[in-house]
Amino acid sequence: MISIIHDPIDNNEVLDAVSSHHAGAVLLFLGTTRQFTGEKETTALDYDCYEEMALKQMTRLADQAKQKWQLSGVAMTHRVGHLELGEASVAIAVSSAHREAAFEAGKWLIDTLKEVVPIWKKENWSDGTTEWVHHGC
Amino acid sequence: MICSIKLFAVAQQRIGQQEIKVTIEAPTTVADLRTAVTEQFPELTDVLPHCMIAVNTEYASPADSISDSDEIAIIPPVSGG
Repeated sequence: MISIIHDPIDNNEVLDAVSSHHAGAVLLFLGTTRQFTGEKETTALDYDCYEEMALKQMTRLADQAKQKWQLSGVAMTHRVGHLELGEASVAIAVSSAHREAAFEAGKWLIDTLKEVVPIWKKENWSDGTTEWVHHGC
Repeated sequence: MICSIKLFAVAQQRIGQQEIKVTIEAPTTVADLRTAVTEQFPELTDVLPHCMIAVNTEYASPADSISDSDEIAIIPPVSGG
């Protein structure tokens, strides 16, 4: 399952997508909205995406992960729009026969998603200002 | 030819629109397109060097050619997750 959604992420739906009798390990990663980044306080986040390209990139990452590791299933969901503190913006689930592959693939998937998938977050700071997050820009 | 270019995040914020139209002589490349965008939309001058260009939903290289039927987008540094 690869998706971009506007509503809250259903963790069980993401987990169900990778459930398999071949799996001895199921890993779920959630990226959640953090209140503090250093000294600065976030009140909410807004996410934008280039949906067609993002879905294509996410599908490619899932395929690459399946080539790199022996996986039973991969699911990736990213939420876009307005998110309050504590809400999950991204969920990645991986299942595999043994846990090492699931941990390694899960880490690689979230790290690589953050590098290549065209999705952007805008910080809503507690002082009332907003700022698109573009590292190195 | 006229190229429509999709904008996102800070690029969209700078222009205040989801898309710009750039006039450029065909045949052309991604590198030429960058030059044309900078000339015709100076608001993007400081942002563009940090951005990638996507052609038909794939990251493109400077030498890649562009035709007027291609879907082109400016991709600022991503920050999903």
